[in-house]
Amino acid sequence: MSVVVEVMPKPEILDPQGQAVLGALHRLGFSEVTSVRQGKRFELAVEGEVDEQTLARIEQAAATLLANPVIEDHVVRAQALAATAEPSA
Amino acid sequence: MRVGVVTFPGSLDDGDAARAVRHAGGEPVALWHGEDDLRGVDAVILPGGFSYGDYLRCGAIARFAPVMRSVVDRARAGLPVLGICNGFQILCEAHLLPGALIRNDARTFVCRDQALRVETTTTAWTSSYQPGQRIVVPLKSGEGGYVADGATLDRLEGEGRVVVRYLEGNPNGSMHDIAGVASEDGRVVGLMPHPEHAIEPLTGPGGDGLGFFTSVLASVATV
Repeated sequence: MSVVVEVMPKPEILDPQGQAVLGALHRLGFSEVTSVRQGKRFELAVEGEVDEQTLARIEQAAATLLANPVIEDHVVRAQALAATAEPSA
Repeated sequence: MRVGVVTFPGSLDDGDAARAVRHAGGEPVALWHGEDDLRGVDAVILPGGFSYGDYLRCGAIARFAPVMRSVVDRARAGLPVLGICNGFQILCEAHLLPGALIRNDARTFVCRDQALRVETTTTAWTSSYQPGQRIVVPLKSGEGGYVADGATLDRLEGEGRVVVRYLEGNPNGSMHDIAGVASEDGRVVGLMPHPEHAIEPLTGPGGDGLGFFTSVLASVATV
């Protein structure tokens, strides 16, 4: 199992990166897009089962390091690991 | 009077910060990010640069360097600490100063000689200036937009903890034109502009920045 942490700039915080991407989308003709906010996604592999205790630990890690609570919101959730591709013989 | 200058992997302005301390009449002491020994210094400067490549967020990884454990402990007990540019970002990440620095609103890196107004002269780093004094020092940053929530901004303004403010145009979208803030006790100051690059006319736009370094020498001498 892995744990995914998604980090987004808070709604009230200016997101110049998102604005730059929105401008580029409009120049490419994607005029239906009205807003872009850019965030970060972390995929953490953990030992053993992902239980409540693991998620609580990762929540602590997210609030301590992965996100800055002054300017960012974050969400922590468990996710099954994508199957590792076997090299073809 | 010994002033420590911390070098992190990716620090750029530690040399100029040490030179500014020497020019002001102090003794610069090199401190290493990987050691928690502050070598008995009387004050610490966290210089500009791109510590740990600015990975994750500016200052987010440097904040947990061994040297920062000692800096945070001693700062809480009154050790004067000045964070310049990346150093300011580290101080915010370490919660020694409130708020955060985000990408410039204009989406471009800004590099120019910047006019500032010194708002507070009661901090350990600004006593050499006159209240309201206009100074010019270089500003060079891509993530210099100061943000904080409304209650924090009200507190900073009400307690006189906005140390310097941008004049003649806001270069990066900083709230309230804030270029630098101080801790509650006025001992810890963070600045986005670079006073260490303006200590004499030969190598900078003038000598306006030297006052930050003479101030701390005076503050330690009188304690």
